[in-house]
Parts: sequence; structure tokens; C-alpha cells
Amino acid sequence: MQFLQTTLIRIFYAIVLLVAVLVLNFSLMHLAPGDVADTISQSMGGADQELLDRIRSDYGLDQPFLVQLGRYIAGVLQFDLGFSFFYNQPVTKLIMERLPATLLLVVTAQLLALFLGVFLGVISARKPNGLTSHFVTFMALFGYAAPVFWTGILLLIGFSLHLHWFPVAGMRDVTISGGFWVHFVDVLRHLILPMITLASIFLALYSRLARATMMEVLGSDYVRTAKSKGLSQRQVVYKHALKNSLSPVITLAGLQFSAVISGAVLVETVFSWPGLGTLAFQSIIARDTPTILGILFFSALVVIVGNLLTDIALRLVDPRLRGRS
Amino acid sequence: MAPLLEVENLRIELTTRDGIAPVIDDLSFTLNAGETLSFVGESGCGKSMTALALMGLLPDKIGRVASGKIIFNNEDLTQASDARLREIRGNDISMIFQEPMTSLNPVFTIGEQIAEVLRAHQGLSRAAAWAKAVELLDAVRIPNPKGRASDYPFQMSGGQRQRAMIAMALACEPKILIADEPTTALDVTVQAQIFDLLTDLRRQTSAAIILITHDMGAVAEMAERMIVMYAGRKAEFGPVDQIITHPRHPYTKGLISCVPHIVSDMTEERPDLIEVPGIVPSLKDFGQDRCLFASRCAYVTDKCQASRPSKKLFSNGQIADCWHAEDL
Ligand SMILES: Nc1ncnc2c1ncn2[C@@H]1O[C@H](COP(=O)(O)OP(=O)(O)OP(=O)(O)O)[C@@H](O)[C@H]1O
Ligand SMILES: [Mg+2]
Repeated sequence: MQFLQTTLIRIFYAIVLLVAVLVLNFSLMHLAPGDVADTISQSMGGADQELLDRIRSDYGLDQPFLVQLGRYIAGVLQFDLGFSFFYNQPVTKLIMERLPATLLLVVTAQLLALFLGVFLGVISARKPNGLTSHFVTFMALFGYAAPVFWTGILLLIGFSLHLHWFPVAGMRDVTISGGFWVHFVDVLRHLILPMITLASIFLALYSRLARATMMEVLGSDYVRTAKSKGLSQRQVVYKHALKNSLSPVITLAGLQFSAVISGAVLVETVFSWPGLGTLAFQSIIARDTPTILGILFFSALVVIVGNLLTDIALRLVDPRLRGRS
Repeated sequence: MAPLLEVENLRIELTTRDGIAPVIDDLSFTLNAGETLSFVGESGCGKSMTALALMGLLPDKIGRVASGKIIFNNEDLTQASDARLREIRGNDISMIFQEPMTSLNPVFTIGEQIAEVLRAHQGLSRAAAWAKAVELLDAVRIPNPKGRASDYPFQMSGGQRQRAMIAMALACEPKILIADEPTTALDVTVQAQIFDLLTDLRRQTSAAIILITHDMGAVAEMAERMIVMYAGRKAEFGPVDQIITHPRHPYTKGLISCVPHIVSDMTEERPDLIEVPGIVPSLKDFGQDRCLFASRCAYVTDKCQASRPSKKLFSNGQIADCWHAEDL
């Protein structure tokens, strides 16, 4: 019950935070020079002052700032993020088309980085001077040093252009037809390189932390107790020690969620992955304000939901956190 | 009848920054079925190391059995494989640790931590192991055992955790229970309760107990024989009542007179409270060929500084490693 209650409190805070993000985004965009009327007139090849004024009054841009903000927030609460003149579509629809691709990339990359990172961390903690341990250290250095787009381009050249193992760009091959599994495999083939690229940034981070916490936990009293009970190595390490060393890694993964999203923008651009990242990139170039605002809102939403999930995961792993809010 | 456990000339070496040090040097003793044998001695004299060696749990890469034998049921445990040791641990020989606050895993319920021993060694099903765990919690006198089994260690007091540890250690009815200062971290009233519990359980289970403690009162009450350790070596070994009434090693004498009530109970006279002056030598000096207690001893002679004392066996079963044992 306590668990449910604290979770509900968290959700409430998350909503408050989301509204704050909304206000901040809108205000910042409002401060920037240029508005929707400019965008529209540009796309029409220029317009005189009279036309600009008409557009402004049509879209309520001549209203006071607070009125505009109120309308925007009221709209968002009804899932209406405005209209993109650049794409000639409602922003909500635009984002909803792109969101699944981004979620797929972000979630699979995070999970890959987490599972592989923890696994490598555990192996290298058990043999601190072993081969895996040195590999983790090397990878950590590489992960920190190499820019994402560089890693991405390198993988593209190697595996797509030269070896032809994976497609070069996009998320699916439109020429393919078949049942669910055919499409599943197709998406998977497209997904692998961008996922690895995005995961590579975080893999190093997670495996190093997992290694450090695991080493500490393996020397703890309760691990000695577990050994004294005659449990197998596997149970001592993967049951008793692992569950205790997960919390720091999960916490870090939660903190990294926003970094994963911004990483996704770069990765999507490199691999032409049809997600929010490429959309963000294009709409910034086109100064498509409603779309940019919408994407910012959704990024915040994803980060907040990610943190909420992190919180729940942490409390599942560590019973001591369950009672606290 | 052969003793249940026979330790012969055990030497345990620790690799430290100053080199290799014999943290246990030439230790021999026997433990009979059902008996309670007590280890006493100052902090750092190697009591826990001895216990860990018996369990095959010396700290990885730091400690190792350099020579000697640990014979349990005609099997030398120093030569046993890891798999064989895992069969024995928690099943034939189990251990209660010094720190109840950190010795239980914080992220699993008490019930699960007890039940998993039963599943590992007795092949019980989940449900059967859990039911047995609840019974065991009841046996160590935890109120409302059914409810408490689903509690996590952080929801329990130190005394309750130590009870849970005892339940865990006794789950498979071991032949030997090693209790390493089971009460040191607890407050005095709880200490007495834990000792009472151990005494009762011992009667019920007929397990032999190796009791490591600083509490001479508990030794006098619970143990038949005792070993006094000093700086990794055995100072004195023998029946508890004999040693307490007539210690043959100056260190034992000092230890006992630190605890006036035992002596007064035994001898009806109340000597002044005296302490053992000085401190234990540091680990790197443990291997020296001299009496390591010499620097603190009132009876010291040149011989003590020149060579390590040999065993003196007395007719009442007492053994003391002191050049002057007969004179005391
Ligand atoms: N992991 C370790 N690495 C290095 N030295 C150790 C380690 N564990 C114990 N020692 C050293 O070994 C010696 C014996 O330690 P041990 O724990 O057996 O003492 P003890 O008699 O149990 O003392 P206490 O009454 O404080 O529990 C001490 O000098 C201690 O510093
Ligand atoms: Mg100790």
C-alpha cells in the first residue's frame, strides 16, 4: 500500500514538473526573435505588413503573452500541440508518427547498455585482473572519448557499406512484404547499428559502475554469510551480490535518460532513423516553432516517465526504499 | 570414539603489505560430538581466522592454509574440493557471525534467507522450505514467526537478527555450530537471552559448538573446554573449570583476573581487579621464535625471549605453552 501511495505522490510531482517545463519552453520560444507568422510568410515567398498582421490576429499571436500561454497549456492538456505550417499537419499527429521509432531506439539502447554493462561489470569484478576487466576499462575510455556520430559513421562504413550486413539508413524496407515476423526481422536489421551506437556511450559508464559496486558487495559480510550457507557460486554472485549492486546502476541509468534522448537526436540523424530526433533537427532548421515546442514537451515527458520507472525499479530492487517518499 | 573434528598443526598465513604473516601458528585441538569448546583471547589474536579456516572461507587471495590438517569425519577439509566444501557448509558445519547488522542480506526477506539453505541442502520445495523457516523462527523465539518471516532485516532489531542468523545456521541441524562472538554487538540484556537460547538449542540439537567470545562468564557457563589464544598461538587449552581455578599461563591468569566475579564465584575470595598491561604484538611479528607474550609478562626470563615455549601437559588435561607453567 505504501508502495502505491509513494508512487502516486511521485506521479503528482511529475505532472507539476511537466507543466513547469511547458511554461518554460513556451516562454523561451516566445523570447526568441521571429514567430509563426514569419515562417508562414517565408513559405509563401514573403508577405507585406498587412498580411502579417492578419496572420497574427488569425492565430492569436497579437494577444498578450499570458493569454497565449494559457491557450497553449489548455491545448496541451487536450493533446493539442498546435499546427505545423512547415509540415502542414497537427503537431500531435506528427510527433505520434515519429515517437514509436524513437522509443524503440532509446529503450532498446538503454536496455542493451544496462544488461550488457551489468554483465560485463560482474564478470570483471570477479576477476579484476582478467581479460574482461581490461576490456571494460578500454571500452570505458573509448566510450568517453569517441563522439557518437563518429562511432555511428564508422559502424555504417564498416558493416553496411563494406560488409553489407545491415541496411544503410531508415527503419524499414518498403519493398519487403510478408507477415509480422518478416517485418520484425526487417526492423531489427535496421535497428541494430543505431542501437549499438547509442548504447556504446552508456555501456562503458554502466559497466564501470557495476564493476565498482560489485567488487564492494562481493567483499561484504552478507556475501560471506551466503557462502557460509554452502550456496553455489552462481547463487552467491547472481542472487545475493547482484541484487545489491543493481541500485547504483539503475540510479545512474535514470539520470542518464535525458542524455540518451539527446544522444538519440545525433544517432537518428546519422542513420536517418525516422524518429523525433530527425524531426527535431529538420524543424529547428525550418524554424517550425510549434513542432519544436511539441518535441521539447515530449522529450521532457519521456525523461520524466523514465525517471518514474527508475524510481519504481529502485524500490522493487531495494526493500529499504519502499517506505520512503 | 574418534573426535568429531581434529585440527592438527594448523598454520594460516595472511599476505599483508609487510609480507606473509602466520596469523595462526601451529594450532591443534579436538572437538567431540555434542561438546562446547570455547575460544577466548584479545581482539586480533586470530579467533575469527580459525573459524573461517574451518569453514574454508579464508579471505580470497589474502589468507591460505599453509600447513596442517582439519579432519572432520575422517576427511581432511584442507584438501577438500570447493564443491565438497559447499556440501558441508551450512549443512554439517555452520557459522554465526560477529555482526548481526551486516551479516544478513538487506534485500531478501528473513524467511527466504533461511529457506534457501533448506532448499540447497535438503532439496525441499519452496513451500516446504518456507514452512520450515517459520518453524525455525519460532524455535529461536521470534514472536509471530509467520508474519516476521516476510520481514526484511532492516525491519528487525539486532537481537532479532542474530536470532534469525541462529535459525539459519541451525536449519540443517549441523554437527558443528561455530558462533563467532554472537553477542558482542548486542546490548547486555539481549546478550544473556542469546546465550540462554544457544544453551537450550544445544540441548535440543546435540550440535557441538565452537564458541568464540570475550565473555568469560559465558565461557564458564556454557563450555566444557576452552582454548586461550594469544597472537595466533594457543596459550592454554583444557577443561574450563580447571583453567579458571588454576590457570597455568600468565596470560590466562591476567584474562581471568580481569573478570572478578568468576574468580570470586569459584574461589570465594575477591582479588583486586587487575589488567593485562601492554598490547598484542602486531601481525608482522607473529612468526618470531620467542614467547610473544614475554613483553607483557610478569614472570618473564631470558629463556622466554630466546625461544618459543613448548607444550606442557598436566595430568588434569590442561596444556599450557609457557616455560614457567609449572611454577604458576
Ligand atoms: N582480510 C584481512 N586482510 C588482512 N588482515 C586481516 C584480514 N582479516 C583479519 N586480518 C588480521 O588478522 C588478524 C586476526 O584477525 P581475526 O579477525 O581472526 O581476530 P579476532 O581474534 O577474531 O579478533 P576480534 O576479537 O576483534 O574479532 C588481525 O591482526 C587482523 O588484523
Ligand atoms: Mg573476530
